[in-house]
Amino acid sequence: MLAKRIIPCLDVDKGRVVKGVKFVELKDAGDPVGLAFFYDQEGADEIVFLDITASAEKRGTMVEVAWKTAEKVFIPYTVGGGIRTIQDIRKLLKAGADKISLNTAAVKNPLLVKKAAQRFGRQSIVVAIDAKKRGFQKWEVYINGGRTPTGIDAVEWAKKVESLGAGEILLTSMDRDGTRDGYDIPLTRAVTKEINLPVIASGGAGKLEHFLEVIIEAAADALLAASLFHYGELKIKDVKDYLKKENIPVRD
Amino acid sequence: MIAIIDYGMGNLRSVEKGLEKVGVQVKVTSEPEIISKARGIVLPGVGAFAKCLNNLKKRGLISLLKNLIFSNKPFLGICLGFQLLFEESEENGLTKGLGIIKGKVVRLPSFVKVPHMGWNQIKVIKKIPIFTDIPNSSFFYFAHSYYGKTQSDKVVAAKTQYGIEFPSSVCQDNLIGVQFHPEKSSYFGLKLLENFGRMCR
Repeated sequence: MLAKRIIPCLDVDKGRVVKGVKFVELKDAGDPVGLAFFYDQEGADEIVFLDITASAEKRGTMVEVAWKTAEKVFIPYTVGGGIRTIQDIRKLLKAGADKISLNTAAVKNPLLVKKAAQRFGRQSIVVAIDAKKRGFQKWEVYINGGRTPTGIDAVEWAKKVESLGAGEILLTSMDRDGTRDGYDIPLTRAVTKEINLPVIASGGAGKLEHFLEVIIEAAADALLAASLFHYGELKIKDVKDYLKKENIPVRD
Repeated sequence: MIAIIDYGMGNLRSVEKGLEKVGVQVKVTSEPEIISKARGIVLPGVGAFAKCLNNLKKRGLISLLKNLIFSNKPFLGICLGFQLLFEESEENGLTKGLGIIKGKVVRLPSFVKVPHMGWNQIKVIKKIPIFTDIPNSSFFYFAHSYYGKTQSDKVVAAKTQYGIEFPSSVCQDNLIGVQFHPEKSSYFGLKLLENFGRMCR
């Protein structure tokens, strides 16, 4: 059986993890590679590195992170944030990343998704969608790290990127992000119902039941969380043990 | 030394690091001389079938790889590097493959989400040395939209369930193909690479 994936997300600024991991006894809690290794050992199914570096010239650091991660981490990892060109993608994949995720660049230049999928295979191209509620069963896509509304409907956009060649959708609810109130079930369901790609639900995880609910009620394929894991409130293993007890397939 | 074939496709670095991690000496190369001297060959691959095949052709590696496979040298094809060994693929129109495994590369059924992405179990059919110390039903990491449909069941070493049951590993004499990514499959993936390293001694 295909397992539901549990994915910790690391925010990286100029090569350092921010909103750092509080509980881990690491020599350097800001080292993305050390943390990725730690989560690999903890049973994470994948790692997402999100580059939040504001200045374009410092962005090269992510290639180095991807490069060093390949030496230590033997689970898949995705790099997202600030990726704009085929060259950016090529460098990250060559360094050892399995997937890259496009967000703002995909909206501004949808052909990039198509070209990237043709060149590198659709399994390595994730499209990240940041969505905010705009009425009954309506969500709007935001770009630039959630600062800029686009007027694009999130469900329509998911369908569009599927047709362009995306291999996976990383769907973040801006309304739920940071609230700990649970994943956005209606949003996630609206997207999984309309497309035939794996969907990673993101934003709002606060307790064990939230993971189960977005799988059962919204058919999410993978579940992303950040602070919940970083602050040690839940361990990856807690989530997996709980899901397993509820008859959800997970990797032991 | 094991040669990882570099033909401008895919995630060579992860395969290299995985093998190094389990103590195997590796060389990422497209040099026929080095490849010929290697004790084992790994053919990785990510991307599109036709492009991969063209890149092998451009580097003049096709007949060399075929000869090495027939010479009984341990050979491991990973993901697209496994699919290339089939007779043909229906990805983006029909493309001929190396024709070493009888069968065809076809798309996963449309009633499941494609790509098949994530950790899935393998049912070991043949207890070949590469699966030493790997329990039946272990999880491996998959990321693919097509799979190799073998003409004969006899070559299938492991199967995986995803809508249908498909061959996730094939073994034909010295040749082994895996649809999953051992280099990304944590403990048991590294174990598989270690086993391959041992077979090449």
